Amino acid sequence: MLTAVGFASVYIAGKSQISGASLTYAVFFLGLYLAAHIVARFTVPRADPYLLPLAGLLTAVGLTEIYRLGPANAFKQGLWIVISVAVFAATLIGLRRDYRVLESYKYLFGVGAIALLFMPLLPGVGQTVNGARLWVRAGGLQFQPGELGKVALIVFLAAYLREKREVLAQGRLKDWGPLLVIWGAAMMVLFVTSDLGSALLYYGIFLGMLYVATARFAFVAVGLGLFLAGSAAVYEGTPHVRDRVTNWLHPWTTHPVYCPLTGGTALRQDCTSYQEVQSLYSIAHGGFAGTGLGSGTFTNSAGQKIVPDLNTDFIYSALAQEIGLIGAAALVLLYMVFVLRGFRVALLANEGFSKLLAAGLTFGFALQTFIIIGGILRVIPLTGITLPLVSYGGSSVLSNFLILAGLMLVSDRSNRELEGDA
Amino acid sequence: MNRQLRRLALVSVLMLVVLVGATTYWQAWAAGGLQDRQDNAIERVVQFTIRRGLIVPESGKAVFAANRRKRVSGQTFFFRRYPTLGLAAQTVGYSTAGHAQAGLEQSMNDYLTGSNTNLSNALQRQLDRLGGGTVKGNTLELTLDTSAQNLAMKELGNQCGAVVAMDVKTGAVLVLASKPTYNPNLIDEPGGYEKVLKIRGACGEGAALENRATAGLYTPGSTFKMITAAAALDTGKFKPTSPFYDPGYCIDYGKPVSNAGNPDQGGTEVFGHVDLAEGFQHSINSVFCNVGKALGARVILDYAKRFGFYSIPPLETPADERAASGLYVHGKLYDPADQNLVDAGRLGFGQERMLVTPLQMAMVGATIANGGLVPRPYVVQRIVGPDGSIVRDTRSSNLGRAIKPSTAAELTQMMVSVVQGGTGTAAQIPGVQVAGKTGTAETGVPDVYTAWFVCFAPADNPRFAVAVVLEKQLNGFGGAVSAPIAKAVLENLLHG
Repeated sequence: MLTAVGFASVYIAGKSQISGASLTYAVFFLGLYLAAHIVARFTVPRADPYLLPLAGLLTAVGLTEIYRLGPANAFKQGLWIVISVAVFAATLIGLRRDYRVLESYKYLFGVGAIALLFMPLLPGVGQTVNGARLWVRAGGLQFQPGELGKVALIVFLAAYLREKREVLAQGRLKDWGPLLVIWGAAMMVLFVTSDLGSALLYYGIFLGMLYVATARFAFVAVGLGLFLAGSAAVYEGTPHVRDRVTNWLHPWTTHPVYCPLTGGTALRQDCTSYQEVQSLYSIAHGGFAGTGLGSGTFTNSAGQKIVPDLNTDFIYSALAQEIGLIGAAALVLLYMVFVLRGFRVALLANEGFSKLLAAGLTFGFALQTFIIIGGILRVIPLTGITLPLVSYGGSSVLSNFLILAGLMLVSDRSNRELEGDA
Repeated sequence: MNRQLRRLALVSVLMLVVLVGATTYWQAWAAGGLQDRQDNAIERVVQFTIRRGLIVPESGKAVFAANRRKRVSGQTFFFRRYPTLGLAAQTVGYSTAGHAQAGLEQSMNDYLTGSNTNLSNALQRQLDRLGGGTVKGNTLELTLDTSAQNLAMKELGNQCGAVVAMDVKTGAVLVLASKPTYNPNLIDEPGGYEKVLKIRGACGEGAALENRATAGLYTPGSTFKMITAAAALDTGKFKPTSPFYDPGYCIDYGKPVSNAGNPDQGGTEVFGHVDLAEGFQHSINSVFCNVGKALGARVILDYAKRFGFYSIPPLETPADERAASGLYVHGKLYDPADQNLVDAGRLGFGQERMLVTPLQMAMVGATIANGGLVPRPYVVQRIVGPDGSIVRDTRSSNLGRAIKPSTAAELTQMMVSVVQGGTGTAAQIPGVQVAGKTGTAETGVPDVYTAWFVCFAPADNPRFAVAVVLEKQLNGFGGAVSAPIAKAVLENLLHG
């Protein structure tokens, strides 16, 4: 509760700096948070007490920045948060007795994940945004089913690996079959939709969970080897990927180079790497203390946006400019604490499925954070993916609240059993 | 499974630690370098939220650079406007959204935006920013004399060339005129920059953006005889009365080099028995060819260096908008290791591969006028803070001694005789003794010359030095076309 009040006051302070009218957002958000908190109190009373406040804080930071970048989007995001909290509450209520029933439906989750990933490719409902076909349109809302697919795939992997972990460790091909089929199908779909960020994420989650389940580092090594070989092949074969790597290694050129966007020649920083480079400028402009919330520079003197997609993939560069190194480091620390609590849940869980589920959800959360922020900071090549809980995007918020629900369910159960034993 | 879980947790935490490290790198370590990059759209915008300081002359009402306020989507921007148009465009430069910066607008950007770092400044700036106020920059007060600058620009007319005038005692630069010029307000207009690039002067060449006064490199022709004569007298090897015989040519590397190449002599090709002073007065090439051979190229070049050659003259404009004078080979400054690689005879009368800027030649004139001390040129007199406090006030200084006072006095006498009865009579001003030297350099095209005049006045108590250069003059000699311009500017300065 204390944390809740603390974060709310931070939130209000942050908002009032922009305008008094946005206080309604703060009050509304606080109410929503309290509702989530009360549901959690009743359904999972023994759950880790840090997870929900941390998630709330990250969501609040995201909503604040989205509001600052475009109030209209903040309203939509708010709507999605309401839906997410509702789904979060429903999940907690529905699975409060024993979430382990999920284990029996593992193939349903596996096939479901593929189906969700495949949905945007279906004619009629599929939507192409920014060259990637990742969206589904239903009614007035756009939705990225791949985000839910991620959670479903983690459930499948946790259940399957729990059941087969001993035999998998022996390396019998027969047992690998279903695993490789579903996982391979997921990777295929991701490459067809050219969703490189998610492909990287799924691959990482798969290797991480496989390692936890089998304790065979050799599998990870083989996986990484295959990854490198696969990357090399993809690099040779796909200009899209080649561009990303080139932009990563040499974002600045001193002489004009071929620019695929215009067909002419231009400095690379004015062409394909424009977004990456301007995003770095945005971060650098923040400096140590930042410009202050609401005082950042994101439009040019003609009123046009400097960095496209600022509230989704690039929200970290907006935040880093306005809250500076201090704020950005604090934000990453929040992720770190969340991840550590998540792993603590996995460690305390007393049976395989729970351990694997918690580990998969947490590792996925950490890896996704690393992939997008690392991409922005030129640690790795940039692949478009959302920053968990902070980025604008309904499906992303929803899937992260499902991750939160999963972790709280596991945590509640293991804590109850620990106390029961004692 | 817990061991693997701990390891996976460690990997996850390490990934996030890398993110903190990388953020620190970009926001602390690399930030400065990124901010200075020309393609940084954010810094370019931020810069326009600052109310830049004005650029004004120290005295007079003109404003070289002022601000135009504009509100775009709730933010106030300050764009530049240049009320004096092309008057001192190359020196003042421009600060635009589309084409970055040039001139003082570029080199003095830190002062103009108030980001020159001192603690109280940085604090005030941060307070302004947090308080939502506008950051204000410092005003530059230039030494330029608008009346003389105006006159020089008018006198240059449609020609390509430059006029530089400076105070011989302080080094304050009073005129920096460069033609063709451009209207800096055009730079940021759609298609305006292209229009500026198309500007052509009478010489047929454009480069209106180039500051010919400080960056234009020209063959000095006979004006270089000031350096040769300075070396000749200062080393004690020659006196103004040293005798020479002029047969109309000079034997250089075993071949005769005819005086006829020098149109400055006004038709007379053979002078016979003369002394050094007469050779200077009538700009006789064979005399200086022989002086050059006697001294050797090394001595002449060393004296040139003492006048400031071979280094970029100090001034507040960007370094790449100024050029060093000296021998040039393939577009690069050339300081020969062995003096025999340079034709000392031709160097003596200012041909060889010598290239000089008008600013450097004005410095040579000013040095002779100043008794041999090289005045340090400057164009920014004062920097005034937004609250009226003086941030910086330029104190005059010199770049060292080039020649002895006695040499300077002898040279002054020789230069006075040039104007009284030599090649530079067109620069005579009634009631004022003018000292000067003409120069008419070959361009490689027959009958087309680079016309020079370098002078200072009054000769008995020098105040101002002026250098004038005109490009591609068809049968136009320094004494005939450049001297009248120098005279007009001198008169304006003396009476102003």
